[in-house]
Amino acid sequence: MADDSNPIPVQQECPGGCCKKDVSESRRTLMRRLGWGAFFTTLAVSAAGTLRFFFPRVLFEPPTTFKIGTLENYPQGTADKYGVVSVSEQFMEAQRVWIVRESDKIYAIFGKCTHLGCTPKWFPDDRQYKCPCHGSQYYSNGENFAGPAPRPMDRYAITKLEDGRIMVDKSVLFTVTQFDDPRCFLEA
Amino acid sequence: MATQIWKSIFRHDFEDTPANRGKVIRSNVFLHLHPLRIPKHAMKIRFTWCMGGITFFAFLVECITGILLMFYYHPVIEYAYMDMKYLQFDVPFGQILRNIHRWGAHLMVMTVMLHMLRVFLTSSYKPPREFNWVIGVLLLTLTLLMSFTGYLLPWDQLAYWAITVGTNMGAATPFIGVEGPFSLVDKFTDVRFVLLGGTTVGANALLRFYVAHVIAIPAVVFVGCAIHFWRIRKDGGISRPL
Repeated sequence: MADDSNPIPVQQECPGGCCKKDVSESRRTLMRRLGWGAFFTTLAVSAAGTLRFFFPRVLFEPPTTFKIGTLENYPQGTADKYGVVSVSEQFMEAQRVWIVRESDKIYAIFGKCTHLGCTPKWFPDDRQYKCPCHGSQYYSNGENFAGPAPRPMDRYAITKLEDGRIMVDKSVLFTVTQFDDPRCFLEA
Repeated sequence: MATQIWKSIFRHDFEDTPANRGKVIRSNVFLHLHPLRIPKHAMKIRFTWCMGGITFFAFLVECITGILLMFYYHPVIEYAYMDMKYLQFDVPFGQILRNIHRWGAHLMVMTVMLHMLRVFLTSSYKPPREFNWVIGVLLLTLTLLMSFTGYLLPWDQLAYWAITVGTNMGAATPFIGVEGPFSLVDKFTDVRFVLLGGTTVGANALLRFYVAHVIAIPAVVFVGCAIHFWRIRKDGGISRPL
């Protein structure tokens, strides 16, 4: 590409009153800018497109939410000494979640031992969850009381939909210090 | 031997003259990264430890064994773990091949560290070699990334949870991580999402880590190594005992 270091000899003064040098230089400058502009524009658009390429529009992942029926599915009753009316195992096998009913609220316990991540088992007669791996034990409300478990079992977000059904969101998890969060339980 | 075919490939004679010795190095695309002559002090193993050379050797071993492993490994969740087990238990020499690849990876990380220690202790990072130190740090990072991406490929519990934890740390990145300070993104646009190709460690993550592990990162490492070796010569040759 021609540049200023290699000027083309032109007449300094031309009879028509115009200056050939100015005209040709400004045209060249324009063409040069257009050329480089097109080049870098193409480069930038390509880079942006490549970046966008790495963000897929469709995800083939299992849904993180599932519905657990309406409030009528979790009736009131007498509470055990930990305040729990009922522990539903209906979604344990498919979702690894216990639905726990207290007299004033419902919440979803993530069935994962807080020690090393094994799956505890629910013993309805003892009103306790017991972990088979290292003997951690939890009350029916998920609170740990024996074994190496460092804290109560975590809970998933739970909301009531407009049609009255209750939905659990497994992408939002709460630990014991966050159990007061309004998304962590359903008043009922 | 001095046939037309031979001479078309090798442009030098065999007579042991300084000119021919120079031509051997200069006219070879691989050797020309090297200096024309090896100075005597470059052979002092107690000074250099040959640690960079051992690291490059480990990288070549990883490339060769890795390409061989690719012939039996499918980067899909239905097959990945089974292929790893198949390599270990039934593919002829599969067990030793996989183990060489695995231990070679460990060796490479360690020798990179020791190489940097040597360069630091001998002050070889100082001008005029300061830019080669920068390239070396880049190569260290890429070595760790190759280890990290290879970690996921066996698709066992260790792999799965290690990458879960590792990419969750990515989610804590400032600005571009969904849980990081000053976050500008949601969980579908943050850096963890682009690493995993999704929100959880799944099929997309396995494929992305595989592609990064077997071609994307090694390709950059090859270019980085070429620059690294070439600059040793350009920056005044290998450093010497004072």
